[in-house]
Amino acid sequence: MSTQASILQVENISTRFRTQDGYVHAVNGISFDLKKGELLGVVGESGSGKSVTMMSLLKLLPMPPAEIVSGTAKFEDQDLIQLDTNQLRKIRGGKIGFIFQDPMTSLNPVLTIGYQLAEPMREHLGFSRRKARKRSAELLELVGIPMADSRLNDYPHQFSGGMRQRVMIAIALACDPKVLIADEPTTALDVTIQAQILDIVKRLRKELGMAIIWITHDLGVVAGMADRVAVMYGGFIVEEAPVNELYANPKHPYTQGLLKTLPNLEGDRAKRLESIGGQPPDLHQEPKSCPFAPRCSKAFERCLQENPSLINRGKNHKVACWWNSDSGEKV
Amino acid sequence: MSSEERPVLLKVEGLKKHFPITKGVFRRQVGAVKAVDGISFDILKGETLGLVGESGCGKSTAGRVILQLYSATAGNVSFKGQDLMSLNKEDLRKQRPHMQMIFQDPQDSLNPRMTVGSIISEPLVEHGKFKGSERRERVEQLLESVGMNREFTNRYPHEFSGGQRQRIGIARAIALSPEFIICDEPIAALDVSIQAQVVNLLEDLQEEYGLTYLFISHDLSMIRHIADRVAVMYLGRIVELTDSETLYSTPQHPYTQALLSAVPIHDPKHEMNRERVILTGDVPSPANPPPGCHFSTRCPRAEKRCFEESPEWREIEPGHQVACHLV
Repeated sequence: MSTQASILQVENISTRFRTQDGYVHAVNGISFDLKKGELLGVVGESGSGKSVTMMSLLKLLPMPPAEIVSGTAKFEDQDLIQLDTNQLRKIRGGKIGFIFQDPMTSLNPVLTIGYQLAEPMREHLGFSRRKARKRSAELLELVGIPMADSRLNDYPHQFSGGMRQRVMIAIALACDPKVLIADEPTTALDVTIQAQILDIVKRLRKELGMAIIWITHDLGVVAGMADRVAVMYGGFIVEEAPVNELYANPKHPYTQGLLKTLPNLEGDRAKRLESIGGQPPDLHQEPKSCPFAPRCSKAFERCLQENPSLINRGKNHKVACWWNSDSGEKV
Repeated sequence: MSSEERPVLLKVEGLKKHFPITKGVFRRQVGAVKAVDGISFDILKGETLGLVGESGCGKSTAGRVILQLYSATAGNVSFKGQDLMSLNKEDLRKQRPHMQMIFQDPQDSLNPRMTVGSIISEPLVEHGKFKGSERRERVEQLLESVGMNREFTNRYPHEFSGGQRQRIGIARAIALSPEFIICDEPIAALDVSIQAQVVNLLEDLQEEYGLTYLFISHDLSMIRHIADRVAVMYLGRIVELTDSETLYSTPQHPYTQALLSAVPIHDPKHEMNRERVILTGDVPSPANPPPGCHFSTRCPRAEKRCFEESPEWREIEPGHQVACHLV
């Protein structure tokens, strides 16, 4: 997968929010590449900036208070950050699809599912009403909704949570997107329903071959889905590696800590969970040092003074840390 | 843990909670949401019983009915041999200090206008425990025992992060030195790195004060870590109950099996080779549960009988109870 061409190149995105008590520095210079057909998992806790990063790409944030301070996002020879709303509108829901976390609030309650499914196709592809309706029924079938044809006239409240999330996926897929951004799409769902949705996404990915950015806080979901994983903390990517490499050989103290805090479903039962002490960072402070340093057991003077950049430490494995986990050396 | 004989602290028998659905001006009852539909189990002193299930299965309602926060429709709850449902208001109030609850969302369960000190001392005031400077000392000591600074008493909940607020909620719950605490999804609203802190705290407190927990959660991995025995709930009924070792290694009920196989594991190699039981469809409405076995509509192994008769709640091995025709 790594040899393939990239479809989306994001460089140095920084986004902040203006609030009454000064700026909140949500995203602080994020860069990543998305390869064709790849599934990139973006993992982080709440407030780590994972959603804001992706929403910045398509300017889905209310501006103000949000401000994109810097950065470029190259998609098909265009810089998304430079586009105006009209140009972006042609891309949103078209070549780049978006699935949001909460299927309860992201569908319009007063429009039928059929209308909401057809809308992007009529808008982006210029489909006639009839053609869009036919394709809508196919899409619903694709995401495993039985009796698709008759359900097009139903309203969102007539669907369960899992079904609504399937509808969201169908809408996102309507225009054959090149890139699909899924923002915690299964977090609001129960595990058995989550398993159904993950199954559908895996299948569709094989059939349609789009690239996916999958945002989640669940390290388990990413393990089963992603080709590559980026771990975020305090508005930075702190580690990025192919999925097997990341779980087998985590190099950033935060990733290491996070993997150790998780209880196992199989195998030995730990007597006591390891935990990461302290609290998540306060994003009101402009980050001038490593955001994880106050909670890090490996931190030394430099960590509190300078922010490490994301550098390659072999096998496509990038880490942003002054401490080298392989040699134990302080850089 | 299992070999030693422990006394039963709490006994639940045939507990039901139906919420009426009413219609019209006269609020005629036209149906009922059968949130809890006949559950029975014992909780032994000093153990942690995990109660798992998906949203809407009735696990939180069960917790609240046990503490008599809702009045039960049918069934019995006895705490240390005393039938809680037969008690009058005043006698029940006297039992309250022994049974406490930790809620899911520390944002909602702490009054934003009260200081941390008054939140934690409220149960002490209510039950007339400690006076004056002794009470203040007790509050500070409680704060310390949940890993917070004793100087925080004059601050307000909004000044704290989610994990810290949950610690305040825990301090309030242990203020009256209860024997039994129901933890209703205490970590669901917290970040992963904070969850472990709170779970470790709960375990430390259990060890220190000999607490008994009913730990309600949808997080199967965390339940495995914290619980001695686990009850799996589906649509108002318990489908399987056994010690956590057995439940996770050899689950017997098809629902337990499906649930366990649906949990993502944080190991990509393992995930690749895992066989999943993917359930079709959704959980039926508790207002209109299927006749027979509640799980029959989604069960991959359901037979004719499953759709007609409710399976009996029976013991298949000592300490392992299952409600399924096929086991």
